[in-house]
Amino acid sequence: MSIDTAPTVSATALDATSGAATRRDILHRLLMTLGPILAALVIAGCILLAVGVDPLAYYGFVLEKGLFSPLGIQQTLTRMAPLLFLAAGLIVAFRAGMWNLGGDGQFLLGAVTAAASAPVFVQIMPSWLALTCSFLIAMVVAMIWSLVPALLRAYQGVNEIITTLMMTFLGTSLANVLVKLVFRDPGTTVPQTRTLPVEDRLPRLFDTTITSGLLLGLAAIVIVHLVMTRTAFGLKLRIVGANPRAAIHAGLGVPGLTIAVFAISAGLAGVAGAVDIIGVQGNVRADWNPAYGLAVIPAVFLARMNGFAAIGFVFLLSVLSIGGESAARRLGVPNHFTLVLVSIVLIMLALAEYFDHRYNQSRRA
Amino acid sequence: MAAGGVIRSSLRTIPIFLYWAFMSSLSSSSVAARDIVALEGATKRFPGIVANDSVDLSIRQGEVHVLLGENGAGKSTLIGMLSGLLQPDEGRILVDGKPTPITSPRHALALGIGTVFQHMMLVPTLTVAENLLLGGPWWQRPRTEELAARVAEITSTLGITVKLHAKVSELSLGEQQQVEILRAMVRNSRLLILDESTSMLTPKGIDELGALMRRLVEQGLAIVFITHKLKEAAAFGDRISVLKLGRKVGEIPPERFRALGEQAIISEIVELMFGKQKDDPEAVERPIRTVRAEAAPLLQVADLAVAPTDNAPGLSSISFDIRPGEILGIAGIDGNGQKQLAEALAGQRAATGGSVQLEGVAIEALSVGERRRRGLRYLTDDRLGEGTVGTFPVSINFFLKQVGAAPFWRKGVEQRAEIEKRAAQLVREYDVRTPSLKTPVARLSGGNIQKVLLARELAEGAKVVIFNKPTYGLDLANTLASRQRIRDTAARGLAVLLISTDLEELLSMCDRIAVIANGALVGTVKNADDARTKVGRLMIGLAA
Repeated sequence: MSIDTAPTVSATALDATSGAATRRDILHRLLMTLGPILAALVIAGCILLAVGVDPLAYYGFVLEKGLFSPLGIQQTLTRMAPLLFLAAGLIVAFRAGMWNLGGDGQFLLGAVTAAASAPVFVQIMPSWLALTCSFLIAMVVAMIWSLVPALLRAYQGVNEIITTLMMTFLGTSLANVLVKLVFRDPGTTVPQTRTLPVEDRLPRLFDTTITSGLLLGLAAIVIVHLVMTRTAFGLKLRIVGANPRAAIHAGLGVPGLTIAVFAISAGLAGVAGAVDIIGVQGNVRADWNPAYGLAVIPAVFLARMNGFAAIGFVFLLSVLSIGGESAARRLGVPNHFTLVLVSIVLIMLALAEYFDHRYNQSRRA
Repeated sequence: MAAGGVIRSSLRTIPIFLYWAFMSSLSSSSVAARDIVALEGATKRFPGIVANDSVDLSIRQGEVHVLLGENGAGKSTLIGMLSGLLQPDEGRILVDGKPTPITSPRHALALGIGTVFQHMMLVPTLTVAENLLLGGPWWQRPRTEELAARVAEITSTLGITVKLHAKVSELSLGEQQQVEILRAMVRNSRLLILDESTSMLTPKGIDELGALMRRLVEQGLAIVFITHKLKEAAAFGDRISVLKLGRKVGEIPPERFRALGEQAIISEIVELMFGKQKDDPEAVERPIRTVRAEAAPLLQVADLAVAPTDNAPGLSSISFDIRPGEILGIAGIDGNGQKQLAEALAGQRAATGGSVQLEGVAIEALSVGERRRRGLRYLTDDRLGEGTVGTFPVSINFFLKQVGAAPFWRKGVEQRAEIEKRAAQLVREYDVRTPSLKTPVARLSGGNIQKVLLARELAEGAKVVIFNKPTYGLDLANTLASRQRIRDTAARGLAVLLISTDLEELLSMCDRIAVIANGALVGTVKNADDARTKVGRLMIGLAA
């Protein structure tokens, strides 16, 4: 909610008793978060046992490769950059009550346009300007891609969950077609776009391999959080999300806001694609689809669409996915097991919340 | 009683009915009617309040037991305990004389306690028959023929007709309610609880419900009828229990009920509910205000038209003027275009023709926000549905229609201190009872949510205010307070359009009353001595 400061009078009056209460509250929150995660690890461990892998070895490997090894943590932080942009886009959409599930299509189209434009731009203009232009083009293309679901939702009330999902199928295919037919690098035999030279990519941070895209992603998500919680524009979007009829009654231009939400959300997904290409990959190979857009959705939900909490969950997701990729190679566990683990965590947290709610209800009744 | 015999003898195939018939023949032969269900010292506490404090209640067959009380008197809690939604903290519930904890709504149904809740609980996209068959065993095919036969028996003895194959969404609210009652009957209920059942009905629908309840109790059912309207209690009841702040403060048994006339009963109830006041507390002498006839009208509406939609009537050639300080009432039976009129004036609904002028300036092409900025305010009747955002704090809900405006937002950035300061001021000024400014507005009672809306619409800059059913669902204290606000608004020189389905309310407040029927104004009456009959004749379709 947008007003967090308690009235000072009651705050001081209750100070003596509230200390213990808040401590209990924090303990409760911790238990409600860590308990389900532990349960999820146990369940996922059972699955690993069933396929003949030692779960402790797997978890140890994930932690070592994703978090504790110097190279691993650098990869984890680099992976966070596109995920943060995607999370920022989802926060805007979800808080406004619009379920943009087309993140992957928007991401890939952004990635392909950035990959196609950046190598050309760097030859005709200074590097910083070239990259900025590529970012902008990626953003605009993704925004245009979101226009169909946005217009259908705004003026016809067509459910955006269906339309954005359909557009993502089209988007991934279109991105592939573009790579194979239009932007294909004639200099290689593998179908892929021209590669952006390493020296023209986003600078790395200090002496590490961490991309500076991480800072851009952090900035994006913090700005989005502040806009949603502290500004009139954010409040308008939240009104539309919480009660669309109240928005009409209050005289807000709901169709215009709907289109704006889709544009911002898709634009950020497009930038996510660009940041991954311009910062890390350098080119787009045919059939490349990391499906970050879908993977980020649970993280945003776990964070309850709070920007700062989302940073934490995105970090967790990165650790799991980087560590999981290494573990996949070493222990023969499929790469997708990361998503299995994340999904179990999400379901366990939801279950814990449900039972906590039931318990509170029955105690109150 | 002959009708009762028919339904009983024809339903012998079903064991529980046999049992019921047996029990009822037993009890009707005994001298004193036995309690079907009784509460003994039932107490229910919620955080901070005692919702029911040691309530005794006896519910007998063949009686309409009216439960009367203001908002927050504990009626809903009592119903919750009877229908298995809540468990009493102390005391017990007796069913057929035996202490029986009612553990769930399903259990309540099995015991023969059926509840028709205030808000309709039917699936609108299904047909009536499908709704009645819901809840049957999942492994069986729905027994449609059997149902049709049962329904035919029940409806013929009750004198109602139900279209089994009509979709629920196509039925009027009164018809939907009959379906809900029918559903309880099909499930062999012997106690029927009707929770605020008249609040959604037209006056004709209310009378029909009253007659239906009479026929049901004649067949040996027990009915608990919850209301906060005194006249309905007096007209439909056999026994009245009055609740006040969770306690039962009095009961009028059937013998006494029959001995007293309607007026005597009402004054006795009023005494129970409000202590000293003897007269009808709603009857307030209308102060004579002088509206300067020569003043230019603030709001002029000419030939306003709105196209009809699937579920709402349209408007045609609506014309009226309102001068500063004047209250124009719109009377009429609910659903005749009142909401469409209010929304078309506020700009929420597209008009297909006509003009609306505020202070002589045409506003019909302007947006909702622009009309508000020019001083047109619309206080909606749907407080939680569109008037507020329930999960947002009280403080933000004061400013929902001003998002982005100075001084509460500067350059688009929220100024929390300003918002808090002004919200605290409005809370004091309008006497909003809220635990804090941060409390989600949906947690407040209806009366306090209404105060939030009043504060928002009447704040600085208002010139013309449209009140749509401003006292709907409020208890007496809040009703009187809201009416006083409206009078004060007019006294400040604003033009007021008061839309209400409560004729007493309009007669006690308006300068003129226009009657709306089928989306058109069928006549306007000056509020003088004979206004009541004139408006009444217009409402039922006769010339004044």
